[in-house]
Amino acid sequence: MIQYKSVTKIYGEDVTAVDQVSLDVNEGEIVVLLGPSGCGKTTLLRMVNGLESVTDGDILFNGESIKSLNEIELRRKIGYVIQSNGLFPNMNIEQNVTVVPTLLGWSKEDKKKRFEELMELVGLDAEDYRKRYPHELSGGQQQRIGVIRALAADPPAMLMDEPFGALDPIIRERVQDEFLAIQRELNKTILFVSHDIDEAIKMGDKIALMKDGQLMQFDTPSQILQNPANDFVAQFVGKDRMVKSLTIHRIEQLMERYELLDSSIEKGQIATVSKSSNLRDVLSYILESKQQAVHVVNENDEVIGQVDFALVNQYMIDLAEKDEPVVNP
Amino acid sequence: MGNSESTFWRVIDYFQNNIDWILELTVEHVVLVGSAIIVAILIGVPLGIYLTTNEQLASTVLNIAGVIMTIPSIALFGIMVPIFAVINQGIGFVPAFVALILYSQLPIIRNTYTAIHNVNPQIRDAAYGVGMNTWQRLFKVEIPNTIPVIMAGIRTAVVLNIGIGVIAAFIGAGGLGILISQGITRGYHEMIISGAIAISILGITADLFLRFLQRLLTPKGIS
Ligand SMILES: Nc1ncnc2c1ncn2[C@@H]1O[C@H](COP(=O)(O)OP(=O)(O)OP(=O)(O)O)[C@@H](O)[C@H]1O
Ligand SMILES: [Mg+2]
Repeated sequence: MIQYKSVTKIYGEDVTAVDQVSLDVNEGEIVVLLGPSGCGKTTLLRMVNGLESVTDGDILFNGESIKSLNEIELRRKIGYVIQSNGLFPNMNIEQNVTVVPTLLGWSKEDKKKRFEELMELVGLDAEDYRKRYPHELSGGQQQRIGVIRALAADPPAMLMDEPFGALDPIIRERVQDEFLAIQRELNKTILFVSHDIDEAIKMGDKIALMKDGQLMQFDTPSQILQNPANDFVAQFVGKDRMVKSLTIHRIEQLMERYELLDSSIEKGQIATVSKSSNLRDVLSYILESKQQAVHVVNENDEVIGQVDFALVNQYMIDLAEKDEPVVNP
Repeated sequence: MGNSESTFWRVIDYFQNNIDWILELTVEHVVLVGSAIIVAILIGVPLGIYLTTNEQLASTVLNIAGVIMTIPSIALFGIMVPIFAVINQGIGFVPAFVALILYSQLPIIRNTYTAIHNVNPQIRDAAYGVGMNTWQRLFKVEIPNTIPVIMAGIRTAVVLNIGIGVIAAFIGAGGLGILISQGITRGYHEMIISGAIAISILGITADLFLRFLQRLLTPKGIS
């Protein structure tokens, strides 16, 4: 849906912010642009809706070059969440959220209805907030409003520049979970900037890791973690990359390749986890309960088997062997 | 002591006896300053906004406006007379009106320019990002968020012009300056003092009114 074709951005005479980047964002996917400060993430993002010009190469939106599209219309079709919210201080919350519908000329009733839907989506009381102003909201609430403002006209695609950057870690995780739950229903095509590897692993279907304007690796989180394409990638994802990669695999996925252990083998005081738990939590529970394994339960809380350390280990070894890294497709 | 006390009562007397005339002069003053300010706003605010798109022109224009302000007011009014004499308007309303417009340009242009220039870049960016065109960005975001600064410039200009408007009397444009100019030629102290008091009251009232207007125009979200 969004395709970068060997895109280069040069600021002024000689600041190369983006250097021949090619990557595709497929429909319904979240691609995270990841990398250290100043590596060109924001620039790469902002070229999509024409907030920065493209020096060389091209970007296609729905197969059409953005150069051939009307900038203003394009921006209204692409939700944009700016690095640290950017709500309009002079507008109340309802006006902020419905600003794009207003520009598109929706009726009052439609806007009101949409506002209420969106507020419900992020668990804020519409009546309570309607007439309030941005400065009367907490940072976390402002970020949520920033996100639903971008969603208001139901754009097929979203550009999100460190949308949760200003939040403290606990709130941030909550907002991330909430957003992923929303995304599961909405299936937007999303470009998401982050400089936090954990956030990238959690949010991304794919990660584009950048350094000095160049694309280092474009791949799924699990590939980036298990098969880093070069030293920079390995260093960026950290020494604990294998532990991190445990978080993206759930027991359900392990069950597709292996039988769970027979739960009758060991009885007694061992912990119970749901089959949607990730493998990092599984190991954590095993260590915490000072046992060799944990019980796995299904949606109805029935024990369906056990997982132990050896099984997790086997699964991870297997994954690393089967998949080949993909560099710069 | 006794003397100043009696002066006080004589001023009060003067006010009471001439209230109709003083009010008439006040109206003249308000019409002169008011119409000059309206035109000054119509020129200065758009110009200030335009200048944010042209840095080079901005410093030139602001310098010129600054120079105009440093010309002593009596001299500026003096310059207007021969210029407008060419079209037979050398004395009266027109030269005073134009001089006042020139005087109010600096605070209005400068405040508007500075305000719009300094709009939080993130907010401006968001305005672009949601797909506003230039006019929408200006009227929905940039101007509403800078009303207090723009209004402060207008208030300065109004108070300044109410004071400078006194000079208008000397070139036959009427207004409260009449009390002072005639008071001086006639050595009539009560008349001079009454004029000074009336001008002060007018200035303070205008400023209070504009503060009220500013509060009314400033969006609730920015305080
Ligand atoms: N308007 C500009 N003019 C000149 N250089 C710029 C401009 N904007 C960005 N740059 C430069 O381009 C490079 C990439 O900047 P960019 O903002 O895209 O980085 P980023 O990856 O988003 O960083 P951060 O994580 O700090 O937000 C930097 O070296 C920056 O200094
Ligand atoms: Mg950035």
